[in-house]
Amino acid sequence: MRNIKLIFIREFTAYFATPLAYVFIVIFLMLSGLLTFFMGGFLERDQADLVPFFEFHPWLYLFLVPALSMRLWAEERKLGTIELFLTLPISMTEAVAGKFLAAWGFSITALFLTFPFWLTVNYLGNPDNGVVLASYIGSALMVGAYLAIGSMISALTKNQVIAFVITTATCFVLTLAGSPIILDFFSAWASADIVQAVGNFGFLPHFQSIQRGVIDFRDVIFFGSIIVIALTANAIIIDWRKAS
Amino acid sequence: MDPAISIKGLTKQFGPRTVVDNVTFSANIGEVLGFLGPNGAGKSTTMKMIVGFLSPSSGTAEVCGFDVLKNPIAVKGSVGYLPEGAPAYPDMTPLSFLRFISGIRGFNGSEREDRVHNAVRITRIEEVAEQPIETLSKGYKRRVGLAQALLHDPKVLILDEPTDGLDPNQKQVVRDLIIEMASTKCIVISTHILEEVDAVCSRAMIIASGKVVADGSPSELKSQSGSGDLEEVFRKVTLNA
Repeated sequence: MRNIKLIFIREFTAYFATPLAYVFIVIFLMLSGLLTFFMGGFLERDQADLVPFFEFHPWLYLFLVPALSMRLWAEERKLGTIELFLTLPISMTEAVAGKFLAAWGFSITALFLTFPFWLTVNYLGNPDNGVVLASYIGSALMVGAYLAIGSMISALTKNQVIAFVITTATCFVLTLAGSPIILDFFSAWASADIVQAVGNFGFLPHFQSIQRGVIDFRDVIFFGSIIVIALTANAIIIDWRKAS
Repeated sequence: MDPAISIKGLTKQFGPRTVVDNVTFSANIGEVLGFLGPNGAGKSTTMKMIVGFLSPSSGTAEVCGFDVLKNPIAVKGSVGYLPEGAPAYPDMTPLSFLRFISGIRGFNGSEREDRVHNAVRITRIEEVAEQPIETLSKGYKRRVGLAQALLHDPKVLILDEPTDGLDPNQKQVVRDLIIEMASTKCIVISTHILEEVDAVCSRAMIIASGKVVADGSPSELKSQSGSGDLEEVFRKVTLNA
């Protein structure tokens, strides 16, 4: 635990040592605002909820999260610091978890900074704050799943741009897995069971169900297991191709 | 007492290529062992296996009595390692970098700070301690890497090309440091600069194509050639390998 905490602190402060953190947070907040007010019609809807705000989160994360996760391991490889990092007296689990938790903690910080939306909606009306809280938790879980996948892909390469592109593509497929675009592709040749299995992997239905205000255990397990599986693969990949 | 480093039949294959081929040796506290050899001879790969970064294809490496495969964390805890090129996080300052290392090495509270300041003092990086590492000269970066390696006062120091790319003054600083620590530690350095062997090593091993082709004190090695010239011995044993 102590080592995870130390790695977490080092990684978390590293975001703020460069403009990365500030650029990320500013862009995230600006885009959230634009999408909520203009595309989501937050005011025109005349309803006291944050649905138009959360609705766009999967799409925002789709290209912002890979920008965050691409550096996790690719940069260590590029700089050669991976050799230093992995010859410190820490376990692989601590290394992978510390880095992931720092990225997750940073994303949750950015998410937390959207609280003015919550203040606004409470000022304008009487929203169901339980639903808002559930949506925030759902959004945090979803961003964790995106990050874990990004971290795993970042472990495969020392080129951050490649990590970015592959992560975006993978997350795009996972986000839309339950939608007709992806399902039609599978239903053309795969059996109904497979199509349904693919559909179950979609991030959107799980996020939407939490957004309704019910934190269903199955949705939490879904995002939780995506995180655990991706990070386990991440550790195996690092162990397997440390040198290259 | 166990030797500080004990290597038996260490072999590393990358696909069909054998990079390190059945290397066996041991080294004790008080020895400064120089790995000599042409570029690509397998010096770095051998070191990476001793510190537990790469796992050997076969053979064993023990450091301070700990097997690197069975107990990698204990090995990593008792070794100080300077990887080739002295990598460090460029956006950190030497102080914050060393604080991180000190914490991970298990030091707490005031001891954590004391260790950092001691390492800064020994390697003489006080002047740059608060500048981002990316702005430092090569010589200072190398010394930050050394500070990181010896912060926990390890029994075994593995230094991969500690003086490569430094100017003569900087080289001298690093060599003095090694000589200073020599009596209380087992130090392994790799180099392809032959003068380094005379300057700091008590024993030299010449490695070529992954095999140990010569092993002895610098004067023993020199006596293998008629002229007593280390360079001649080096060429003789590495060209035939």
